[in-house]
Amino acid sequence: MRVLVIEDDSETAGYIAKGLGEHGFTVDVAADGKQGLVQALDGGYDVAVVDRMLPGLDGVALVEALRKAGQDTPVLFLSAMGAVQDRVAGLKGGGDDYLVKPFAFSELLARIEALTRRGGGAPRETTLRVGDLVMDLLSREVSRAGRPIALQPREFRLLEYLMRHAGRVVTRTMLLEQVWDYHFDPQSNVIDVHVSRLRQKIDRDFETPLLHTVRGAGYSLRAPV
Amino acid sequence: MRRSNLLRSTVFRATLLYLCLFSATVLALVGVIYWQTTASVSRQIDATIDAEITGLAEQYSQRGPVGLVSAIERRAAAAGGTRGLYLITDWAYRPLAGNLSRWPDEAPDAGGWITFRLAQPDPDGAGINFGRARLFDLGGRFRLLIGHDTRERDRIAGEIRGALLWGIAAIIGLSLLGAILLSRALLRRIESIDRTSREIMAGDLSRRVPLSGRDDEFDRLAGNLNAMLDQIERLMAGLKQVTDNIAHDLRSPLGRLRGRLEPLLRDPSDSEATRQAVGAAIEDADGLLRTFTALLNIAQAEAGAPRRHFQPVALAPLVRDVAELYEPLAEDKGLRLSSDAPDDVEVRGDRDLLFQALANLVDNAIKFSPAGAEVAVSLRSQADQAVLAVADRGSGIPAEARTRVVERFFRLETSRSTPGSGLGLSLVAAVARLHEGELVLTDNAPGLRAELRLPVSPA
Repeated sequence: MRVLVIEDDSETAGYIAKGLGEHGFTVDVAADGKQGLVQALDGGYDVAVVDRMLPGLDGVALVEALRKAGQDTPVLFLSAMGAVQDRVAGLKGGGDDYLVKPFAFSELLARIEALTRRGGGAPRETTLRVGDLVMDLLSREVSRAGRPIALQPREFRLLEYLMRHAGRVVTRTMLLEQVWDYHFDPQSNVIDVHVSRLRQKIDRDFETPLLHTVRGAGYSLRAPV
Repeated sequence: MRRSNLLRSTVFRATLLYLCLFSATVLALVGVIYWQTTASVSRQIDATIDAEITGLAEQYSQRGPVGLVSAIERRAAAAGGTRGLYLITDWAYRPLAGNLSRWPDEAPDAGGWITFRLAQPDPDGAGINFGRARLFDLGGRFRLLIGHDTRERDRIAGEIRGALLWGIAAIIGLSLLGAILLSRALLRRIESIDRTSREIMAGDLSRRVPLSGRDDEFDRLAGNLNAMLDQIERLMAGLKQVTDNIAHDLRSPLGRLRGRLEPLLRDPSDSEATRQAVGAAIEDADGLLRTFTALLNIAQAEAGAPRRHFQPVALAPLVRDVAELYEPLAEDKGLRLSSDAPDDVEVRGDRDLLFQALANLVDNAIKFSPAGAEVAVSLRSQADQAVLAVADRGSGIPAEARTRVVERFFRLETSRSTPGSGLGLSLVAAVARLHEGELVLTDNAPGLRAELRLPVSPA
């Protein structure tokens, strides 16, 4: 997997490059907007991480130019501005995801992994499988080892998202944004309660758990090795 | 202005005190004049009586009782003009001559002087009149009364008394009126200062006391107050700025700290105990980051920046979603979370911030509710307002603390033992203001009813 990081703050760029490198990504860093655009246009990247505020060329303008040139490389915006409206503007400008600085590296990693899957995945599949857990997207039925599991609509969406990102870490913020479609900071562990309910339904009666808590990061649904 | 307010005002009381002192002075002054005048008239009367006595004594010594009686008869006949009173009786009080029909019953003083009631009705019909006289025993055979009608003196005294009473009444009446008018005028200006300070205490720091332009002491007071308010506002803004800057500047190192801890969680060479400690440290860092993010969100909302991206937001789905999101949390605490949004209402706003605000209210309600209670989320449309309400049966917020709970970091319990940043309601209030609405906290008897009132977007 190749990642292009367009970020003028060398400390942040280094931090991202080092972390992603440790997780098996090949990382290129561009320090200003124009150079970044040139590199991005060359293509071959699975994901681009773009700072909103760049010297030379603003991040949003860069992505707009990229999209006009027919490049659909998934873009994750980074921004120091913490406000929701900047996120909206960033996503409107052609970004695929948005992360506010400072971010937890696990959050960045989870989002990059989600984006690489989003780009190359096959969204038209009608059945999702993780181990012996099967989800039929047409009939909206879920079963594990042949035993049907009844889920509430929201639990279904939660499980669907986890299954689509099986083997990856998904953070609580990602779940809120993707499953509940709200971008906000809950004061309590609301997501944990929902996840633990889902875990009750899919894991309780089985020997091997599929849904794991990743300490300091979030959750991961994965088949036993 | 309420009457009781006026009567209780310092200005009114001061004016009233001044009025009392002034009246007492006038009363004393007029009293002295009264006393001086009547005393002088009395002395004149006594001098006249003494002159009469001298005259009659002369008659008596020269011509004996017969001469005295004839002199008395003469003088009594002329008494209509002089107002003299004369009576001579035998030892058994039978009148012999004079213009009195009978000897007075009143007892004389040591000097033989007497003030007595005149028996005959006054020809002017002026009621009861008095006379002053001196009594003599003439050799144990006759009794003699020589006196003077005092009605003139009494009339003057009465007039002075009348003038005194009317004067006092007029003074009291006028000064009472003056006191009311003066207090009203002063109260109006004090009231404007009072009103402004109350508005400021209610949270509108931009208010200033209006100046009358007369450059009097009230304007100087108002000017000083305004200068003080400017300074307070500057300090508050500075404090907020510092808080926001701290939040902003500390987020990066905190994020790096978290970033350095993260790989340790996955390091297989670490013991489980180390990983637990690192996990706890990361959670603490996350908590701090959440607090800083909340502070920055409040600052952003207060600055009004998100208004640029306002869009129509349907509130009914928001209510259903927040209830759905928090239902499991409520159930775990043994609470019932109900939502009621019969009609959809649309406002112009920021969907995520509105959801955040509603979620904070529900979060609080769940946090402070006793097990088994109900938390009700509802949406109502009232006139041109949409009212999002979260009602709980918890301990509520005392009325005097309701304006303070929206302050940053304000916590009801001083022990700060319940988890939370003390920013939840501040953010709700900031979001309400951002949407030109308000956060209204009322007593749910028992519990708290928090209402987020938002103006409905014009169709």
